[in-house]
Amino acid sequence: MTLAIDVHGLNKSFGDKHVVQDVSIQVAQGRICGFLGPNGSGKTTTLRMLCGLLTPDSGSGQALGYDIIAQAEQVKLRTGYMTQKFSLYEDLTIAENLQFTARVYGLDRRRERVEKALERLGLTSRRGQLAGTLSGGWKQRLALATATLHEPRLLLLDEPTAGVDPKARRTFWDEIHTLSAEGLTVLVSTHYMDEAERCHEIAYISYGRLIARGTAEEVIANSGLVTFHGEGPNADRLAHELAKAPGVETAAAFGASIHVSGEDRAALEAAIAPYRGQGYAWTEAAPTLEDVFIQLMDRSRDNIQ
Amino acid sequence: MTGLSWTRVLAVLIKEFKQLTRDRLTYAMMLAIPVVQLTLFGYAINTEPRHLPTAVLSQEDSRYARAITAALKNSLYFDFVGEVRSPADLDLMIRRGDAQFAVTIPGDFSRRVALGDKPQVLVEADATDPSATGGAVAALAALPDQALAHDLKGALAARGQASAPFDVVVHRRYNPEAITSYNIVPGLLGIILSLTLVMMTALSVTRETERGTMETLLSTPLEPIEVMVGKLAPYVMVGLIQTAIILVMAAVLFHVPMAGGWLGMTVGVGLFITGSLALGFLISTVARSQLQAMQMSFFYILPSILLSGFMFPFRGMPAWAQWIGEAIPVTHFLRVVRGSLLKGQGPGDQWRELLALLAFVCAVTALAMARYRRTLD
Repeated sequence: MTLAIDVHGLNKSFGDKHVVQDVSIQVAQGRICGFLGPNGSGKTTTLRMLCGLLTPDSGSGQALGYDIIAQAEQVKLRTGYMTQKFSLYEDLTIAENLQFTARVYGLDRRRERVEKALERLGLTSRRGQLAGTLSGGWKQRLALATATLHEPRLLLLDEPTAGVDPKARRTFWDEIHTLSAEGLTVLVSTHYMDEAERCHEIAYISYGRLIARGTAEEVIANSGLVTFHGEGPNADRLAHELAKAPGVETAAAFGASIHVSGEDRAALEAAIAPYRGQGYAWTEAAPTLEDVFIQLMDRSRDNIQ
Repeated sequence: MTGLSWTRVLAVLIKEFKQLTRDRLTYAMMLAIPVVQLTLFGYAINTEPRHLPTAVLSQEDSRYARAITAALKNSLYFDFVGEVRSPADLDLMIRRGDAQFAVTIPGDFSRRVALGDKPQVLVEADATDPSATGGAVAALAALPDQALAHDLKGALAARGQASAPFDVVVHRRYNPEAITSYNIVPGLLGIILSLTLVMMTALSVTRETERGTMETLLSTPLEPIEVMVGKLAPYVMVGLIQTAIILVMAAVLFHVPMAGGWLGMTVGVGLFITGSLALGFLISTVARSQLQAMQMSFFYILPSILLSGFMFPFRGMPAWAQWIGEAIPVTHFLRVVRGSLLKGQGPGDQWRELLALLAFVCAVTALAMARYRRTLD
């Protein structure tokens, strides 16, 4: 197994804020790794360190076999990076944006590559349209096409689908899987659980520390979380009360039903016991990735405080 | 419509005020601009310069000749910077701009005064900037009546009574009709180039940062110098086209003399355009927003207009203001342009100004390259 990303002990501070602490990530070639964590947890900073946009304060590692610090230029040449904010030229047309990127990377067969990318996007007929006039979903697809125009071997995507409608998100993810099948390694940060589940593996970062790794199933299994699903009259209204009960780590309403999770089975059962009789039906359910993440988030906050 | 609600007005007002205080630099600039500029320009600008550098060619060493130079000096308008031996040296000093006035006292001056022959003292003025010489020329009118008053004694006293014992002939060189536009129009070339080029480039890089496209640029293999050259080259074209337009208009509409000096002029324009663009690029590496870039550009433009000798005579300013003026590239560029177009200076006369422009280009480019960050650190 060849590792496309193999970094150890990355640290980065801005002023007195230690944004990334001892983060180590390994991603095998051709895999899609979902990068998760709350806002401000250091995801963007980590991605920027991987593609040479930021220099780590300490730590080392390789991306695509090149040292991320000493050979940042080599990494840049072979990496596609898509920023969180749409960062193509809104006052250039779709085709012009692609042509610009093709020239910057000094690509051969420029015309052909641009045509192919337009075709793949299905934007050949709209090539002359200004990029700024595209809808959110199309902008992201164009940004992806631009980031992959130079046939990178590593793709770093920073919340690529934020604010994009579900259909466009699905199209976007289909493209990512196609690319991955072609051998591209992808590290993608996201807040969407359904997207996390579409990744081969996930890495969870919180307060600058990597606190969970593995496939979605592994992360759920390792959480040791027990979840009960409650249904009954106004079950969703119980969330507030139950959240305060001892042993309940998360209680969340889902439509008319409720989802409670905790690590301590006995305590959790004791917490829901008072509600068993009053017409509520409780069944044990598998914890979702979201339950696990909220638990992780709370726990790492407790550790910090 | 619910009418004017003062609460809502206040809501907007408070928001605006808070946003204003968040942007520290804008806030600081708003306070600094009036204070700095008022002190600077208030003290620096003087539309009637005195103590103008004057060279003398005295072809006789006599009491009368000394009396005339003393009288000139006493008028406070003239400061003697050199006594030359030949008309050629005198001419060189005027052409190079080392002297604003050149005074020639003829060889038989004393004898002709004694004969009542009314000899002539020739005062040549560098009139490229008519406003710089106006006051001094006016002061010359009183010279023949007063300069020799103490020296004409005894039998000669009568020479000074009926009419003045000698005449002063003023020769306004380079701009005999004292046409202001001859001075202003070439100067405008420097100002217009600064205004457009510095601001355009300052905004062009800041815009990338503001729109987030800088992050993409940095993630590509682009080198800083590639970004700089690629960004600035189109504006070199803009600058050259502007120069051509201004020169054609200057000749056709304002009949500005085109005395030659095209070699120095070409080198000067090239250096000045490059320097202005590099400065704009430097500003963009410091400014965090397009607004800040605009403010910084203005901070540069104002002294360029007021302290460079464009609007007010350079020699009218106190020494400290002249030092500041010397640090501004427009000052040197104006000397090159005016020197070329009006005086027909060659590179031999202009090398100091061209060297100053070159130094500016090098210093600013080096600073801009040092400031340009290849990462987001």
